[in-house]
Amino acid sequence: MNAILEMRSISKSFPGVKALKDVNLVVKEGEIHAICGENGAGKSTLMKVLSGLHPHGTYEGQILYQGEERRFQRIADSEHVGIIIIHQELALVPLLSIAENIFLGNETAKFGVIDWGEAFNRTRDLLAKVGLKETPNTLITNLGIGKQQLVEIAKSLAKKVKLLILDEPTASLNETDSDALLKLLVEFKSQGITSIIISHKLNELAKVADSITVLRDGATVETIDCHVEKISEGRIIKSMVGREMSDRYPPRIPKIGERLFEIRNWRVEHPQHAGRVVIKGVDLNVNRGEVVGIAGLMGAGRTELAMSVFGRSYGRNVQGEAFMNGKPIDVSTIQKAVANGIAYVTEDRKSLGLVLSEDIKSNVTLANLPGIAWRGVIDNHREQQIAKQYRELLKIRSSGIFQRTIDLSGGNQQKVVLSKWLFAQPQVLILDEPTRGIDVGAKYEIYGIVNDLAAAGKAVIVISSEMPELLGICDRIYVMNEGKFVDEMPAKDATQEKIMASIMRQYGVAA
Amino acid sequence: MSAITSDQAAASASFWKNNLRDYGLLVSLLLIMAFFEIVTGGVLFRGVNVTNLILQNSYIVIMALGMLLVIVGGNIDLSVGSIVGFVGGVAAMFMVGFHLPGLEIDVKLPWQLVIPIALALGGLIGAGQGYFIAYSKIPAFIVTLAGMLIFRGLTGNMLQGQFVGPFARGFQSISAGFIPDFSDFGLFKAAEGDDQFFWLSMLIGVIGAVVMIWTSARAWRRDNAQSMETEPFPLFVGKNAIFALIILGFSYLLASNKGLPNVLVIMGVLVLIYTFVTTRMTIGRRVYAMGGNKLAAQLSGVRTERLTFLTFVNMGALAGLAGLIVAARLNSATPSAGNSFELDVIAACFIGGVSASGGVGKVMGVVIGAFFMGVMNNGMSILGIGIFWQQVVKGLVLLAAVYVDVYQKSKG
Repeated sequence: MNAILEMRSISKSFPGVKALKDVNLVVKEGEIHAICGENGAGKSTLMKVLSGLHPHGTYEGQILYQGEERRFQRIADSEHVGIIIIHQELALVPLLSIAENIFLGNETAKFGVIDWGEAFNRTRDLLAKVGLKETPNTLITNLGIGKQQLVEIAKSLAKKVKLLILDEPTASLNETDSDALLKLLVEFKSQGITSIIISHKLNELAKVADSITVLRDGATVETIDCHVEKISEGRIIKSMVGREMSDRYPPRIPKIGERLFEIRNWRVEHPQHAGRVVIKGVDLNVNRGEVVGIAGLMGAGRTELAMSVFGRSYGRNVQGEAFMNGKPIDVSTIQKAVANGIAYVTEDRKSLGLVLSEDIKSNVTLANLPGIAWRGVIDNHREQQIAKQYRELLKIRSSGIFQRTIDLSGGNQQKVVLSKWLFAQPQVLILDEPTRGIDVGAKYEIYGIVNDLAAAGKAVIVISSEMPELLGICDRIYVMNEGKFVDEMPAKDATQEKIMASIMRQYGVAA
Repeated sequence: MSAITSDQAAASASFWKNNLRDYGLLVSLLLIMAFFEIVTGGVLFRGVNVTNLILQNSYIVIMALGMLLVIVGGNIDLSVGSIVGFVGGVAAMFMVGFHLPGLEIDVKLPWQLVIPIALALGGLIGAGQGYFIAYSKIPAFIVTLAGMLIFRGLTGNMLQGQFVGPFARGFQSISAGFIPDFSDFGLFKAAEGDDQFFWLSMLIGVIGAVVMIWTSARAWRRDNAQSMETEPFPLFVGKNAIFALIILGFSYLLASNKGLPNVLVIMGVLVLIYTFVTTRMTIGRRVYAMGGNKLAAQLSGVRTERLTFLTFVNMGALAGLAGLIVAARLNSATPSAGNSFELDVIAACFIGGVSASGGVGKVMGVVIGAFFMGVMNNGMSILGIGIFWQQVVKGLVLLAAVYVDVYQKSKG
């Protein structure tokens, strides 16, 4: 079989991070090619390079498609030659009909006038191909997520797809919908459509994939031909996570005290879809001086759990009990959660953590303005002292405390957000992806801050998608999947394989 | 040594860059004043005209203070012109007296009582609109557009196309009065036939200038001692000298006319209060944080809904005050009082450097922005330029000011 796609030594850098290093990918015509890897391994970035979302010139390396070198400048270029990518977050307009969505930007129109008859007929054909029985004028918002996924695929068929790329297509689907989708891919294969599928669900890949490429830390580890050797989950997992652990974590001697914070039977529904349970009865506890990690894949519900605990800033119909020092506490508003000693350091520091138009000083004191004010009047002198103090303590590299936070690097922005919550004097800190997108040096410093907090008798909960990080800094790890804690283990007994296996067990895979 | 000086140079350069907008605005105001002074042949800076300029602009400045908080908080208020008309109308009805048909009683209140009622009414209107915006999450643009129509309509119905007035002297003096001076007590009286010079007004101007220089010098020295980022010395001296000269010059011009207008005192006090609230108080800080990033502010424990509500209550009360001032100035309430004021107020904010997306803006900028508009209005009127051409020019100036802002930002 010929290769339909060949990506040769692709490298791509973002400010401060090398996302892809010499990645090679060969996809044969008419196969289903799976790409596996941890969060942040570079899978999505690679697909963005391929689709032209990262245009030619912003990356190094070569893309050969159907034997020719391609230099896509934008997504339209790659779509034009039949490469269609379907993202995790579906790109459908909820209040338009199926037909309108399928032909959006590609309307069956003459001189700008849409031929609805033609559009509806073609939509009907396309829907039949993907096995949907809905009428073309059904609104997207009335479809379940699985059917929306199928509409996306129908849309790609309308664009005469030759290479279909699906980014975590089954992540939010139930088993029946997933099976239907995978069956569809196999059927496409018989029609000569090549597919690339990015997924965490190794059992599904085992069913349908012809080849599997494993990425780790932005580099290709290997490509396995599933017809040559029988693939085993264990082997893929090892290949996915098997990096060397060195002293990337500052040493620490844990001094764990009594139980500080606890939640019991925590249950949360989706903020928009009433009745859709996102957090399904979680029990969590953390002691003084302890660092507890929550591991899980993207979409496991970790951020949702943390934010719902932090003053119900996520979800609706939040149920469950919270205790501090054994006494029940009220965390129903952010003000109450903060007053009860809880701080949540967001994973999305730019849109949820910082007021980017303001300087370091104002951001550091925002969560505890009464701490620098007397009867509502700010003591400028004290505020500046506090800001300077944290700037030195956390080694925030800036021109001064008056530098606007928008001009800081990611690591320094993260330190400003941390400063803000340290100044709020919490007992329990929930750190959500505290090192996402920051360089190794700054990571080390942040781990040091976590150690200091624990040493000072605080309780720290760390949510991270980087498993080595959890293994490196935590005392105990909860494994979360699909809104539940599926496992709990002391960090000294934990390995990445064990964590992965706990997650995969959910999908009926014995690791 | 050379390292230190280059550090200083870099610091001063970064200071320039960060504050270019403020100085640019001030310099533009001075330029436009000089321009109109020349083309009007010296009419602009006559004592009478300066007094007029202040009377005409006071209510715009006062409302711009409230609008600053509303826009910085990430909203907008289109209803302020109608609130001016409505509150002025209600106040006029109470003062002049009206017959309550159902109860067969006549209502007439002394003006001293009407003032607090009017301010409360303005605040209540703001609270009503603020409720829909903050708690029902209806966009401010829509709620206040509705308010603009509703209160303009109510004003028209209430006044039935009539001018309602005149008012007691005491009430009129809010706008038309001047502070008492030495001459009222028989001191420093001018000789018969000479123009009276109002020494107390001049003295207040001098004291104001001295206090301003003293406080800013103290702050500058302290910041410098703590190696905070400060203005380079020449810039600091130059800026303060210009401000002092403006204060002294205006005081002199006012003192040689009729003294300080009462409304200037009200405005001055409000400007000081709002400067303090925005720069020194936690509530001001929270408004800026909310406008800069609402979600981040919420997650930091800021009650954004309550805060939004309060900015509208405040705006309503200030619009009510403006309504009183306008009524006092015209000595009557009219159905069209306050027409299109909202546009002047909003334009003053944007010319003054307030960001339309929220989170950025200063009291001083807004005051300068309002006077920028005022000087243009006044200067063009003296020149006899038609009202429609005035609108064209003002529109172009607004566009240019915001363009310069956006351009500067995009260049980083």
